[in-house]
Amino acid sequence: MDDQAKNERIEIDLLLEAIYLKYGYDFRNYSKASIRRRVRRHLTRSGLENVSEMLHRVLYEPAFFDKLLLDLTINVTEMFRDPDYFKILRKVVLPSLKDKKFVKVWHAGCATGEEVYSMVILLREGGFYKNFQIYATDTNEAVLKSAGKGIFPLARMKEYTRNYIKAGGRAGFASYYTARYDHALMHHDLKENIVFSHHNLVTDGVFGEMDLILCRNVLIYFNRELQERVLQLFLDSLADGGFLCLGSKESLQFSTVNPHFEIVAGKNKIYRKTG
Amino acid sequence: MLDSLEKRTFEAILIGASAGGFKALKKIVLSFAKKEMPAVIVAIHRTWNSDDYLESALDTICPLGVRQVDAGGEIRHGNVYVAPPNYHLLIEDDRTFSLSIERPVNFARPSIDVLLESAAEVFGKNMAGVILTGANNDGSSGLKRVKMSGGLTVVQDPVTAEMPSMPNSAIRSASPDHVLPLGRIGPFLGGFSWAAPD
Repeated sequence: MDDQAKNERIEIDLLLEAIYLKYGYDFRNYSKASIRRRVRRHLTRSGLENVSEMLHRVLYEPAFFDKLLLDLTINVTEMFRDPDYFKILRKVVLPSLKDKKFVKVWHAGCATGEEVYSMVILLREGGFYKNFQIYATDTNEAVLKSAGKGIFPLARMKEYTRNYIKAGGRAGFASYYTARYDHALMHHDLKENIVFSHHNLVTDGVFGEMDLILCRNVLIYFNRELQERVLQLFLDSLADGGFLCLGSKESLQFSTVNPHFEIVAGKNKIYRKTG
Repeated sequence: MLDSLEKRTFEAILIGASAGGFKALKKIVLSFAKKEMPAVIVAIHRTWNSDDYLESALDTICPLGVRQVDAGGEIRHGNVYVAPPNYHLLIEDDRTFSLSIERPVNFARPSIDVLLESAAEVFGKNMAGVILTGANNDGSSGLKRVKMSGGLTVVQDPVTAEMPSMPNSAIRSASPDHVLPLGRIGPFLGGFSWAAPD
């Protein structure tokens, strides 16, 4: 590795340390390859020369940090990504919870909320929605606010409709939103049982006793140590018999919490806590 | 010239492919037989919801094991790894894989550019980058980056490509060390041996 690349790595470590000390957001155990990409992108966007310059602005200008934060966290999600997974959720997971009086669902790292609304649509179509309380959390306030509004680019709706049908959707997908200019506004009644709230997986503790935890494609950005911490947090936050859903390329296989779970759907990474 | 280069050693061989790539790869992996071969890491564009059919088909015919990458998985020589559909693939300093669902880059996820850029940064001159058939220009800036970092660059001869625009674009932007017909790429890469990180 050349000197410049080494220096940049040191600068980024210092930047992440500074962000943690000053603002409490802890990116120190994130996968470095993605973090470097995101820091560089922000560097280009903000027209700065190098990461050290960025570090200075982060320390002295909170407004600058707010913008950087949006670039550092991955806020990209899709509706009904991996339709097969949603199919299993609909056919296996949700029916097995429906007899409970009150079902608590934690959507951890919900970003702009696409998967939260996907899930709610499944619940309504299954007739389960009344008993379910959904807690959708993210570490980023701006992103949470956007999730609460439920406004998505209209251009994506065609793809989402395709996914929805593949996931076994029973109604017309267009009946869940109103198109306005180039945006789709999700209908208000979908939000009735959703609480959007702030929670940081890296620094915060147990969230409550949950029956279902959904956290897909969040752990891919964490190093092994941080993944372990978060999986332990999920184990501690799940009721016995509760479900955990991870992204299709994430797995419990090498985790110390693995013995506490059984596999419900191997390929789609749905697990159930056995005790 | 080729003979002497075949004795070169690398930590990894990175391959990018798009339209027509599955067929090309089927031909190439037949020559991947040496256990002491560098790790082979492939990014190929395919439909977003595709399964691991491609991996199992290649695994059946390739003497080395072929598998789809898992998040956090270790990179080991003598193995062929394929980027999962609908994720970007990146290489970490500690020789593990990481994945991302950030937006597609130039309509592609996995993006060959993203993979090659991150690989060039980690492997430097200790890697070879290969661009195969495709109908877009993904991989061009990545291959240029590989070259700037001292890695070996190879592009499929567009005449032998099902879709020539991706190789053509890579040739224009990176002036690769070798432009080889499809039939020679497998034996050429298959002759390389693994080298430990610097």
